[in-house]
Amino acid sequence: MKKLVFVLLFAPLLAFAAGVELHLDKAPDKAGDMAALQNGAKVFVNYCLNCHSASYMRYNRLRDLGLSEDQIRDNLMFTTDKVGDLMRISMQRAEAKAWFGAAPPDLTIIARARASEFGSGSDWLYTYLRGFYRDDKRPTGWNNVVFENVGMPHALWELQGQQVMGEGHKLSIAKPGKLKPEEYDALVADLVGYLQYMAEPVAQTRKQLGVIVLIALGILFVFAYALKREFWKDVH
Amino acid sequence: MKAQLTSLLGWVDERFPLTSSWKAHLSEYYAPKNFNFWYFFGSLALLVLVLQIVTGIFLTMHYKPDAALNASGVPVAFASVEYIMRDVPWGWMIRYMHSTGASAFFLVVYLHMFRGLLYGSYRKPRELIWLFGMFIFLMLMAEAFFGYLLPWGQMSFWGAQVIVNLFSAIPLIGPDLSLWLRGDFVVGDATLNRFFAFHVIAVPLVLVGLVAAHILALHEVGSNNPDGIEIKKKKDANGIPLDGIPFHPYYTVKDIVGVVVFLMVFSVIMFFMPEFGGYFLEYNNFFPADPLVTPPHIAPVWYFTPYYSMLRAVTVNFFWIDAKFWGVVAMGGGVVILLFLPWLDRSPVKSIRYKGPIFKGAVAIFVACFFILGYLGMLAPTPMRTLVSQICTLLYFAFFLLMPIYSQLDKCKPEPERVTGK
Repeated sequence: MKKLVFVLLFAPLLAFAAGVELHLDKAPDKAGDMAALQNGAKVFVNYCLNCHSASYMRYNRLRDLGLSEDQIRDNLMFTTDKVGDLMRISMQRAEAKAWFGAAPPDLTIIARARASEFGSGSDWLYTYLRGFYRDDKRPTGWNNVVFENVGMPHALWELQGQQVMGEGHKLSIAKPGKLKPEEYDALVADLVGYLQYMAEPVAQTRKQLGVIVLIALGILFVFAYALKREFWKDVH
Repeated sequence: MKAQLTSLLGWVDERFPLTSSWKAHLSEYYAPKNFNFWYFFGSLALLVLVLQIVTGIFLTMHYKPDAALNASGVPVAFASVEYIMRDVPWGWMIRYMHSTGASAFFLVVYLHMFRGLLYGSYRKPRELIWLFGMFIFLMLMAEAFFGYLLPWGQMSFWGAQVIVNLFSAIPLIGPDLSLWLRGDFVVGDATLNRFFAFHVIAVPLVLVGLVAAHILALHEVGSNNPDGIEIKKKKDANGIPLDGIPFHPYYTVKDIVGVVVFLMVFSVIMFFMPEFGGYFLEYNNFFPADPLVTPPHIAPVWYFTPYYSMLRAVTVNFFWIDAKFWGVVAMGGGVVILLFLPWLDRSPVKSIRYKGPIFKGAVAIFVACFFILGYLGMLAPTPMRTLVSQICTLLYFAFFLLMPIYSQLDKCKPEPERVTGK
């Protein structure tokens, strides 16, 4: 009876079905996959880190991905020669704004910022980077399925090729690119995995430490509970 | 050695009430022996307060309250938080402790207040404890509001913008008042710096003082208990309450168990889901503040949403004054009305254990309304949702305003002579 009353009290909540739905593809989990993350870092510095900065991220932090400072310096650094520098770019924001309509956002924590009730930030980025299609109405000639009227042109078009929007909101490849569709998806998955890593480099450490802390607290609980029992023996 | 320490203690005691304070507040403070689960949250609130102060001190060592843009076009304040998250050793942990601690603070305080409601802990002679507690709650809301601006993300900025703009709805003085609060025509560097000052020193100082007053008042009259009866009425030959046990060691060792369990829950959130699905750290707040881009949906953090719903529930202009003003009145009234609880409850018994079905039903409806309002406050409004939040707001106020009537009508059971078990 009590439970029934409780259920009825909260029944009004059922009246709120969600409104607009955003369908996102699930991004493959690349956390801890060093080869994938290194490949993602390579794609990032080659294709993204020209217009977008990652201004909270230092190059030498990439040692997290199993790279040495020399490897980072030789393969991944185009904008500076100091390995402790932040991933900055030389494009002026005011000019970028004039060219694209909006200055390209800093990408360091974009994978956290793009999370929503529809999916993780990785899901959003994975769908977004595979969702560009040709649109002659846009000044850049590109539009996107999850970011309508986006200011950014398709930076990876040489790899993916050109998609067009067909019947029933379906995308199809009109002109193939250098990569097969499944190769392109794998590349984007690596890139998104890297963006996810970069958004919170400490994420793996945090979870590992959490396990140790919980075990320690669990042991402490046994002693704390035993102590309480001992003291409370004479309370009736 | 022992004799020397004893004489040192004597030396101190002649000059400072050390031993007597220890006795009065711990080893000879007699608390009822029948405290249950709900009584953990007082000590946990104190723990979280200390946690927030200590982590906060360390955060201020690297945080910079500066709204100017750095070379990469990011506000310095926002970048300094990411600096703490990445470049300061263990900075991420301190920051997550502080951000999780903010939500944990409200969680334990809401549960602590609910305990007071269940067992009538606000009734005579504990009215002042309740009042000090309510002022703590008000200060806590201020503290959370000021602190939420500091990361200078989109939600920080627009949340502060919405709340400060509320003051502009006050007739005559409104626009000047909100300008005075912001220190600028928009939320900007002046606002950020003054909110920083309020957050790190002004409000914490008042909070600590109020907590001291809350505990001193409690120790003056003694704790209530789940039976809502006074243990001081039945004392033994030495003047010690028959149902009382010394706070130390009995409740210190018991509270340690509560603290460990609390820290486990806290750690699960902090280490495995620090954003807590966007409820503790809102996703949109990972975008730096941009005065030119209004987010499509501005929602406060979960602990403010019940009152935010009340604000939005008022959609009609009364007496030619804008609905927004009456929304502010409803929101403020929803908090302030809690202050009057000791004088609204006219029931002959304190604890819900001995109260009748009317009061129990009223509490159930009140709790449901509070949760529904909290849920709706996170969502964008629709006509249906606004209607439900209007009904819940009315029921919320009816719970308090009709209490003097229904608490007297209720069929209560007789209170026991001595405290009962759990």
